[in-house]
This record gives sequence, structure tokens and C-alpha cells, in this order.
Amino acid sequence: MNKQPLTSAAQKELAKIPGAEPQARMDPWWWLVALVAGLVVALVVFRPDPYRRILIFVADGIVVTILVTVVSFIFVLIFGLFGGLGRLSRNRIIYGFFTLYVEIIRGIPLLVQLIWWYYAFPIILQMIGLDITLIIPREFFAVSMAIMGLAICYGAYMSEIYRAGIQSIPKGQMEAARSLGMTSFQAMRYVVLPQAFRIILPPVGNEFIAMLKDSSLVSAVAVADLTRRGREFMAMSFLPLQTWIMVALLYLVMTLFAARIVGFIEKKTKFER
Amino acid sequence: MSELIIQIKEITKHFGNVEALRGVSLDVYKGEVVLIIGPSGSGKSTLLRCINRLEEYDSGQIIVDGIPLDSAQNINAVRREVGMVFQSFNLFAHMKVLENIILAQRIVRNRSRQEAEHVAQELLKKVGIPDKADAYPIQLSGGQQQRVAIARALAMNPKIMLFDEPTSALDPEMIKEVLDVMLDLAREGMTMVVVSHEMGFARAAAKRAILMDEGQIVEEATPEILFTNPSHERTKAFLSKVLH
Repeated sequence: MNKQPLTSAAQKELAKIPGAEPQARMDPWWWLVALVAGLVVALVVFRPDPYRRILIFVADGIVVTILVTVVSFIFVLIFGLFGGLGRLSRNRIIYGFFTLYVEIIRGIPLLVQLIWWYYAFPIILQMIGLDITLIIPREFFAVSMAIMGLAICYGAYMSEIYRAGIQSIPKGQMEAARSLGMTSFQAMRYVVLPQAFRIILPPVGNEFIAMLKDSSLVSAVAVADLTRRGREFMAMSFLPLQTWIMVALLYLVMTLFAARIVGFIEKKTKFER
Repeated sequence: MSELIIQIKEITKHFGNVEALRGVSLDVYKGEVVLIIGPSGSGKSTLLRCINRLEEYDSGQIIVDGIPLDSAQNINAVRREVGMVFQSFNLFAHMKVLENIILAQRIVRNRSRQEAEHVAQELLKKVGIPDKADAYPIQLSGGQQQRVAIARALAMNPKIMLFDEPTSALDPEMIKEVLDVMLDLAREGMTMVVVSHEMGFARAAAKRAILMDEGQIVEEATPEILFTNPSHERTKAFLSKVLH
């Protein structure tokens, strides 16, 4: 590394190169994450009864919430990519299919969709003579349906984000790639999508955080996530105030932390056009 | 004259109800530099973009280096042989200069990383900016970006180069550096079709100049004659507005 002090012109030059900032300043909002996390720790340490009991009780729910969110989001990113490309397709059937998907899903509340996948979908499978338990073990059925419901719903919203991102890349990029002999797939893969990903990163991050919160709805369809475990503790202990202070703080730590991570990735992948 | 490399036969094209090309025919021979001029909306860029099928045409036929532009397979084959330089450069904004020149060599020509890098470095030397390999496009001036764009196209070893108003988006002091690169190419015997109003370049490099208007070729002559002593009224009217 060059240890000589940089001139301001050189610094400016460097600042344009992703990841080359001499010292990326720490995002001050990390303090808020630390503050809220500190509050949780303080409650657990200084008021172990009931806060430590609550935390221990809901700990497996935290794992479930994170698991459901992360796994669903991986599917959301894939569904969104196909949906976004489908919505830009010149093939009328493909375009029609994905447009229908987006329009239908956006018009139904997420909670209703989750309930539908859990209670109604198995009946359809039964009617056509399919036994779902052959594919998904009974103990994973609820969580599988919840992940599917979340992924299909958020995938529709994500399609629109992808579509906007791809459309925001100037047409000349695709034309330049095609004129070099790349197939449209190669041009998408190497030229358009890498640029689109960077542009859509902020809204994608927002979707992740929104989904982390909306994952609490899966508590309505027999998934023992953080919210459901909180409800169970409340029913057991008759301590609604303390229980929901703790649950709210735990969600807040997770969402604030996720927001910082998104901010960090954004900074790392930024490039100027 | 040497062999025919581009044959354009009675091409028509419309955008909505605007007739962009009304039966244009043009032959380009190997090693030739053809300049196309004309007012905006005359169809000159559209014609150029038809040659590598960035624009589809309604009727007629184009044959490039013996390959008719009629199937997806042929179109990709033609695009590999035809380099294109755009008015707005269109460098890949997320990649360094070197990567811009390497990408298509790797995935279209299947060259090794080492070979592609070597080609890229040589071409950057040729266009006069070997020190910019690690810069991002945004860090370059317009003239430098356009020279990278030329290098990127040349890396594919094209038989034909198409230039779509390559200097129109440049500041005056940068035009020369791009035209010099183009002149070198012309001297090396590259077949070039150039949409541009750069008279100096035309005189120095082009044997033929074409005036297009309203989707048709109005007049064709040597640049010297077309610019100084055109036979058509339309050409005279256009030149009186362009030449000051």
C-alpha cells in the first residue's frame, strides 16, 4: 500500500473507484444498532426476571424468523429475476403469464395468501390425489408453506423492482454488447444485470427488511417464529408488557442491523455512471 | 475494385408511419471507407444499424461478407465480423477499461484471459491511452472513452467497422484524437462505413461520400465533389447549412 499522504485530487480520483476509498468512514447509524442491542442486554442482565426468561423462551423463535426470512428471500431474488425479465419479454405468452402473476399477487393481502397456502392449497392437492406429506415431511409442512407464501408474494413485488432496474440501464449498453457479438443472454448476464443489481440494491434491501417484519405473519399459520413464541410466553406468564417490549426490541435489533448491512453493501458496490 | 463485402439491396424500414428507409441500395468493397452524411432523420443511422441488424428492416436484403442477415445464427455471425462505434460511446459503466475490451473476447471469441489482456493492452497503445487500462469509463474524457470504444470493437478483429456519428458528442478539442485513430484504421485498409459530417476526415480517408435524405440516397460522389460541387439541389441546400 502507498503510505504517502494523498493529494486531494488523488483522493477524489480514488473515491470514484468502488472499494478504493482510503478510509470508509463508519456509518454513524451503527450507534443506534449498538444502543438497541445494548438495551436488550441491559434488560437481560439487570432485570433477568422476566427478561432473561423471555429471551430464552423466544430464542428458537428468533432462529425461525431469521431462517424463514433468509430462505424466502433467496427465492424472492430468483422469482423476482424471472418475473422482471418475463415482464420485459417480447414474447406475449411469457409477458402475459408474469404480468398476471404480479397483478394477482399484488391484489391479495399477504396474510390471506399465507392462510391460503397453509389451509386451502393442501385441499387442492388432495383433490387431485397428491399426498403432500410424501414430498414434505409433516413437521416441515407449515414452515415450507410459509416460505413459499412469502417468496411468491414478495417475488411479485421484486419483479417490478428488477424490471425498473433493468429498464434504467441505457439501451446503448445492450446494443454495444450485441454489436460485439454477445447473445442477448450474455449481454444480460455480463453487462445489463450487473449494473441493474447495483441500482436496485437500495429497494432490494428495503424489501428484505420489510419481509423480515412481515415474516411475523407466519405466526398465524402454525410457524413458531419470534412473534408466535412471544404470544405463547404471554399466555403462559401473563406478562404482556414485558413480553412485547422484548419482542419489539428483538425485531428492532434485527431490522436496524439488516439496514446497516444493506448500507454497507451499497457503499461497496457503488459506481458512477 | 476488390471484392464486395457489404451488399445492401432495396432496404425499407418504417417506424410507426414514418418511412425511415425507402429502398436503399449500397455496395461497399473491401478496404473502402464510405462516408454517409445527411440531415437528422434522413435514415443514415438507421441504415448503419441495419448492417449489423441492431435495427430490423422490413424488406430487402443485406449480405455481409457473404452471410445474409436472415437468421439469428447468421446475425450473430455477422456481428462478430462487424465492429460498431456509437455516438454515446456505450462503454460498460461497471467495468474498468481493460475489462471492457476483454469481456467479448473471452465470451464471444473464447480467448484465454492472458491472450485477451495482451490484445487489449496492444490496442490501448494503438489508440494512445495505454495508461488508462485500470480506469473506469467515468474517469475518462469523452475522447478517451470513444478511443476505448474503438479499441473494444477492434479487439474482436472485425472485418468491417461501423461508426455512428463518433465525434458528435465530443468537445471540439477531442474530436481530432478520435479522428486520428480512425484515419490510422483507414490507412491500414479497414473497411469502414462512417456516419459523420467531419469533412476533413472524409477528404483524407474516404473515397466515396453519400448524401441521404428522407430515407433515400440522394447523391453519391467522392467527398471532394460532394462537398464542393454537388449536382443535386438537396445536397447544396444541406451543405450550405453544414459548412460554414
